[in-house]
Amino acid sequence: MIDVKNIRHLYSRAGFGLRFDQLNETANLTIKQAVNKLLLQAEISEPADIIAGNISYKDFLQANEGTKKMFLQEQRQQEKALNIDWINKMSTTKAVLREKMTLFWHNHFACRTQNAWYAQQLNNIQREHAIGNFRTLLIEVAKSPAMLQFLNNQQNQKNHPNENFARELMELFTIGRGNYTEQDVKESARAFTGWGFNKDGKFVNRLNLHDTGSKTFLGKSGNFTGEDVIDMLLAKKETAHFICNKLYRNFVNETPDPAHVDAMANTFFNSNYEIKPLLLFLFNADWFYAEKNMANLIKSPVDFIVGLNRQFYITYQNPDVVLQFERALGQVLFYPPNVAGWPGGRNWIDSSSLMYRIKIPSTVLNGGVIDFSGKVDPEDEAFIASSHKQQQAVVTKVQAGADWDKVLSSIKHLTKNALAQTLLAPALNNNLTAIVNTTADTKTLLVELVSTPEYQLC
Amino acid sequence: MKRRDFLKNTALASGAFLLPSFLKPFEAVASDELTGYKNLVVVQLSGGNDGLNTIVPFGNDIYYQKRPTIGIKQADVIKLNDMQGLNPNLAALKDLYDQGWMSIVNSVGYPNPDRSHFRSMDIWQTGSDANQFLTTGWIGRYLDSNCSTCKDPYTAVEVDDTLSLAMKGAKMKGIAVEDPARLYRSTREPFFKQLVHEHNEAHLNEDNLGYLYKTMIETYSSADYIQQTSKTYNTTALYPQTQFANQLKTVAKFINSGLKTRVYYVSLSGFDTHTTQQNQQGRQLKIYADAVAAFIKDLKQTGKLNDTLVMTFSEFGRRVEQNASNGTDHGTANNVMLFGGKLQKAGIYNNAPNLSQLDNGDLKYEVDFRNVYATVLDKWLEVDNAQVLNKNFTRLNFI
Repeated sequence: MIDVKNIRHLYSRAGFGLRFDQLNETANLTIKQAVNKLLLQAEISEPADIIAGNISYKDFLQANEGTKKMFLQEQRQQEKALNIDWINKMSTTKAVLREKMTLFWHNHFACRTQNAWYAQQLNNIQREHAIGNFRTLLIEVAKSPAMLQFLNNQQNQKNHPNENFARELMELFTIGRGNYTEQDVKESARAFTGWGFNKDGKFVNRLNLHDTGSKTFLGKSGNFTGEDVIDMLLAKKETAHFICNKLYRNFVNETPDPAHVDAMANTFFNSNYEIKPLLLFLFNADWFYAEKNMANLIKSPVDFIVGLNRQFYITYQNPDVVLQFERALGQVLFYPPNVAGWPGGRNWIDSSSLMYRIKIPSTVLNGGVIDFSGKVDPEDEAFIASSHKQQQAVVTKVQAGADWDKVLSSIKHLTKNALAQTLLAPALNNNLTAIVNTTADTKTLLVELVSTPEYQLC
Repeated sequence: MKRRDFLKNTALASGAFLLPSFLKPFEAVASDELTGYKNLVVVQLSGGNDGLNTIVPFGNDIYYQKRPTIGIKQADVIKLNDMQGLNPNLAALKDLYDQGWMSIVNSVGYPNPDRSHFRSMDIWQTGSDANQFLTTGWIGRYLDSNCSTCKDPYTAVEVDDTLSLAMKGAKMKGIAVEDPARLYRSTREPFFKQLVHEHNEAHLNEDNLGYLYKTMIETYSSADYIQQTSKTYNTTALYPQTQFANQLKTVAKFINSGLKTRVYYVSLSGFDTHTTQQNQQGRQLKIYADAVAAFIKDLKQTGKLNDTLVMTFSEFGRRVEQNASNGTDHGTANNVMLFGGKLQKAGIYNNAPNLSQLDNGDLKYEVDFRNVYATVLDKWLEVDNAQVLNKNFTRLNFI
């Protein structure tokens, strides 16, 4: 039987937090069984299919004023719908590990596109291969219109190579800085010449734009293609190491232990970059459950919002509120700050974001009003400029609700201490212990527990 | 030890926040320490303000050739010299210009400019190179730089609900305050009060949990300080009825009440004018100019103008040639506007943008924006700019 601490730890790292009813479900399992269960549940993949098709930019460019405005509005609507759809998926799915890994790849292959159809496509690639094979994932990502556009490979052609994709491929997606030279960037960019997409949003290898000459990359020469370059990068163990280091920082500890990362990298490399064996190794490792690796990570805003949704079965009548939360807390899905992704860790927290975070639970769980305006999204600037609107709506009624009946019925048998232990990763200090002991009303106690700095950690 | 020194050493130096309110320590410390205490006010125009229709190069024919319908007519331009003048919606700035309180630096940008709003804003806010991704902002790194007055979050205040990347350092971050009373109220909810007051010291040393508690306590303490200090001053000057003017009014209140803040940050958005630019931009420019003029005149009245420097920037300027929708698309170099009572070189700082030598239809930058930052850091905030910008940038002579 697993200790509550361990199962909470596993679910907060491999998922989006432990729900009270899962305490029962997992009560008689070992760690190994619990990990297997998570992986089994992750077999289900529910692709996003909220955007029906592509909007033609060509039509847009030729359109008149009114049509252009409608187009921009439609585009914004699609972006919002996609965002909210994913939040809902993460908040309700049984395949938590798949969605958690999708979120990890979303940040690893950070990409922004104004085309929601492309964004959805990339998101589904990351979901489909989230716990599959890293090589397949990488190649599919590299061939997605969203990424081809974002990193300008659409403009990468012989005679005029564009190095943007090749550089980020090495610096951020595979091998990491220090393991390649500027010359490697230049040469590998040539290998990707011709990779692009057509107006239907499909990958095309435009052979007439491809540089067929010999390239010298990582010390070898040949008439390399894009796939060759990717394989040569994967053949270097540094790539396995780079990915594992990042996984470790995201799932275990921001200060990696070199021995643990090495062990992960061996597993990953020896299984030809299969992700599942790596996750099995990670979540079954003794050190994963070591005291120093517990309660030390700051939840990302999405982890925080989704975790709260899951633990209290929250529904939003006005889903825009969720977007406002994302914006105020600094993590809007599909809008990473740049190709390096969200920096994470303490960067999530400043005076205003922390205050905002610790107020969200009481506001949502009590159906309150958030008195907050926040900044305009840069992508909304054109819309604002043309719509005479100086600022976006200031006060948003939250109109959200928890399923309290469900929550309360699932905790009937639990002591107040067990409630605290399920919701909060860190040990309780004297003050919180006193709060737990003196708060008579269970509902109030739950709201208080999730309104603490402790709840920001996992 | 004098009472004032005692307070300074205990309250401010230790960062303790639980001072009995009857001591009223901050005002007491503030008054004579604050002489010559310099403030920087950063104004961000979001969306990419079209600098060419802001400071109009009416003396250059190319301007009118490239902008047959959206160019500001010569007769409407408020002329500053025989080449450049103000958009008529900036009329309120003319008086500031004539008084020697305004300086315009033309053609500010950076190599390999990025025309994406979010990326270019990142570059301006972090002070990075175009191909470099920094996770800290330039003002945040100023706070990190151990400047002698930088130990409190309120050293850099953003009048807003969220904190910009510019204000986030690795160790220190500024604080976002749209409304001091509201921030104060929100930190004083009984449950939060209980969390803040009853924490134990050992807790603060714990890694991330300690960081969260420290941040909460600092916010709690800063909210108190900002609210208590700023409420001692009532603004009498008249400001326009716009949200942006309100934000500057809040900054003026903070400055005039003696808040020990070095950097203030405010933003005005709505400058992404791809269509029917003249009306849209005109409307925003008027909001901007009327508010800035009220702000500068307020500070002049209260004797704080010599201690204040205002710097306005936007993430990029726009293409020289108008587009088919009577608007302009994303471009590159832009002007930076500066205001203050102690400008070394008021007026137009350097040559008007060169419209005959373009880079693919875009202005070529002549001044790296980090030269502007370096000047402000070295000469105004009195910190070595290389410490903040990671390289040494030469300084300009506007202050």
